[in-house]
Amino acid sequence: MDPQAAKMIGAGIATLALAGVGIGMGNIFGSFLAAAVRNPAAAPKVFGNVLLGFALTEALALFALVVAMLILFAV
Amino acid sequence: MASPLEQFLIKPIVPIKIGDLDASFTNSSLWMVLVLIGVVTFLYVGMRRRELVPGRWQSMAEMSYEFVANMVRDNAGSAGRPYFPFIFTLFMFVLFSNLFGMIPYSFTVTSHIIVTFAMALVVFIGVTIIGFVKHGAHFFSLFVPAGCPAWLLPLVVTIEVISYFVRPVSLSVRLFANMMAGHTMLKVFAGFVISLAGALGVVGGVVGILPILLIAALTGLEIGIAMLQAYVFALLSCIYLNDALHLHH
Repeated sequence: MDPQAAKMIGAGIATLALAGVGIGMGNIFGSFLAAAVRNPAAAPKVFGNVLLGFALTEALALFALVVAMLILFAV
Repeated sequence: MASPLEQFLIKPIVPIKIGDLDASFTNSSLWMVLVLIGVVTFLYVGMRRRELVPGRWQSMAEMSYEFVANMVRDNAGSAGRPYFPFIFTLFMFVLFSNLFGMIPYSFTVTSHIIVTFAMALVVFIGVTIIGFVKHGAHFFSLFVPAGCPAWLLPLVVTIEVISYFVRPVSLSVRLFANMMAGHTMLKVFAGFVISLAGALGVVGGVVGILPILLIAALTGLEIGIAMLQAYVFALLSCIYLNDALHLHH
């Protein structure tokens, strides 16, 4: 196989990590909304943790981006 | 048209050569100095008058102090109190470099992995030293979770050791990748406007308003991300510090 084509395919496969991140991100906000609807008074207290979870999950997507970039440009 | 990655180019302003070492004063150094001046001005001028009823500026300075002080107290306990100045410095530096990066035509210091990795490595090495000074060889029990079955220990300890040494990498890559990806995304969307106008002429110029509106919204998101990532960086430093101060609890 042409090495350049293999790199492109590899970078494309690296973006599969987004599937997991999508599930995680939906889980965070879905759970938050389910909890907030049941107990609206507690919602502002946990929102900081929701944002933290969002940031940590989003970082995983960006790790995948970094891997894809490394495959495309660095290796 | 310039590449979206061109904004991360480091240009020497005052070339300094020490032997083979290139120690030039670059645009990165310039923005680090500006960030430093920004933080010092923000805190010093804000607290200069020390009024009992704070004005807007003084209350911003007090809020940033209280925010980090609460974070250290909640996550590292009272034993983390001596390390508050370090965490506060880290937080303010990362916050101001992220926010200064949002100024058009500026340079984002934290969008370079070497800068964030240096900070993460300082946290990592410092926390490890604190752990050894506080607990001696007992510090190694950090890698052995309590209540773990004996037959599972070799696997768990290996995973714990690896996850401990991956900490500086994940801490630095998280901040760097967020900043790099955000700024690249803004530039890519900005490029759409020019491509549209180039491809479709006047119609493209009118349709180009849409990407501009999107950039305005994304800039708001990026400012939020800038503050969130500074918070996450400082918070994870606190959590690592807590691990070293109180081994298991």
